[in-house]
Amino acid sequence: MKGDRNISHPDIVLQIKDLYKSFGDNHVLNGFNMKLYKGENLVIMGKSGSGKSVMIKCLVGLMQADSGLISVMGKDITTLTQEALDILRADIGFLFQGSALYDSMTVRENLEFPLRRHSKKKHKDSNTEALVLEALTNVGLAHAIDLMPSELSGGMKRRVALARTLILQPKIILYDEPTSGLDPITAKEIIILMQDVQKKYNTSSLIITHDVDCARVISDRMLLLIDGIDYAVGTYTALSTSEDPKIKAFFKH
Amino acid sequence: MSGISKIKDRLQVFLIELGDISYFTGRFFKEVFKRPFEIKELLRQCYNMGNRSLLLVGITCFIIGLVLDLQTRPTLMEFGAVSWMPSMVSISIVREIGPIITALVCAGRIGSSIGAELGSMRVTEQIDAMEVSGTNPFKYLVVTRVLAVTLMLPLLVIIGDAIALFGSFLVENLKGNVSFTLYFNQVFDSIEFGDIIPATIKSFFFGLAIGIVGCYKGYYCAKGTEGVGKAANSAVVVSSLLLFVIDFIAVFVTDIFYDL
Repeated sequence: MKGDRNISHPDIVLQIKDLYKSFGDNHVLNGFNMKLYKGENLVIMGKSGSGKSVMIKCLVGLMQADSGLISVMGKDITTLTQEALDILRADIGFLFQGSALYDSMTVRENLEFPLRRHSKKKHKDSNTEALVLEALTNVGLAHAIDLMPSELSGGMKRRVALARTLILQPKIILYDEPTSGLDPITAKEIIILMQDVQKKYNTSSLIITHDVDCARVISDRMLLLIDGIDYAVGTYTALSTSEDPKIKAFFKH
Repeated sequence: MSGISKIKDRLQVFLIELGDISYFTGRFFKEVFKRPFEIKELLRQCYNMGNRSLLLVGITCFIIGLVLDLQTRPTLMEFGAVSWMPSMVSISIVREIGPIITALVCAGRIGSSIGAELGSMRVTEQIDAMEVSGTNPFKYLVVTRVLAVTLMLPLLVIIGDAIALFGSFLVENLKGNVSFTLYFNQVFDSIEFGDIIPATIKSFFFGLAIGIVGCYKGYYCAKGTEGVGKAANSAVVVSSLLLFVIDFIAVFVTDIFYDL
């Protein structure tokens, strides 16, 4: 299903076209399509097991799609070499659901790790220190710089993970369930932080969530992933007032 | 499912896994010579694997030395050959018992720890996080660990051999009143380079096998805590079995060289 490969719309930073992915007889994605525009927050919602995480992993090259086009800032990642993909990955930040902090390293080392090792964005030691401090200050955790991940609360871990994501100054940030497992107050703080980050760094964000409140506050547009396809796309207001029973089911409280 | 098709399926799974491990090993040799070299992490792993295994290896080898001497002594006394004890014990320890016992202890101590550590990193998406930030997790996690265990094992074997010989000397000293100088003079008279070199080369391969199997099992660990347990367990089982296969091949090859 590899169709039109010429994606040159200047405002589209990320595009998926006809994405298919199956695991044996389980067809998870059945021709999924999506566009993310520059500076926008796109929220993707779907039931558990609907393929949201598979889609986001295909998007960063952690998983190989069966077919389809995945374009990040005009580059089709399915045709890139590993080296080119690694360079492109510096422009994509990924906030994992469980934070995925390196638990044998301190907060400082967690942030230094991508900075020291990424081939495109290597910095001098003095610069590294300043960048680490700046990223931690932006998430309000400069005081936790020498703590181990095991000493942090769930909300703090999520903030450190966001700081680690920001340190390479990505143009696109992918959030995988950013508020899951957090209490409502901390979840709200994370949402505010995400908005602040978007304003400050002018990033485009793709947010996967089950949290309707998070979607309402943060989304410019929403996409509902149902039966492996982009079932509905629109603003929160448009979708939440839809009469379609499949769409309505997402907004029932 | 019939017996034959079950065997066929298992054989297929085994061959697929063998292919995967071979590819993994190939990738290790490809990455090991590539820059950047993770020297700091390599030294940290060497410390973790070498220093922290030392006590366990030391105690095991000391007991093996004592037991070997105690059990062999009565038989040698029967033939009036007890003076041959240092030579016999040293050759057995240096050629075979020291390397294989140390390697088995390390397969349990280091293999399981690598399998569990990388397995839990895989399950908690830490390896994925490294990958999406454009760094090379294979280089940082796998190459350093495999290299560390490959370098540390021969050192542990040498130290283990010395401790085992000391254990044997204690028995000889207590039971036969043999002095330290006499015992170790006989030991060094009977050991040749032909005993030490093949044992040291063999130890490198033991270390490589423990590192590769542990890392492979952890790196491709299945999701969930059960996956981590399985990774740690199979790292020990597979590497222990592999040690005996490597040992057999090493003895076989050494024997050919001796015959030449």
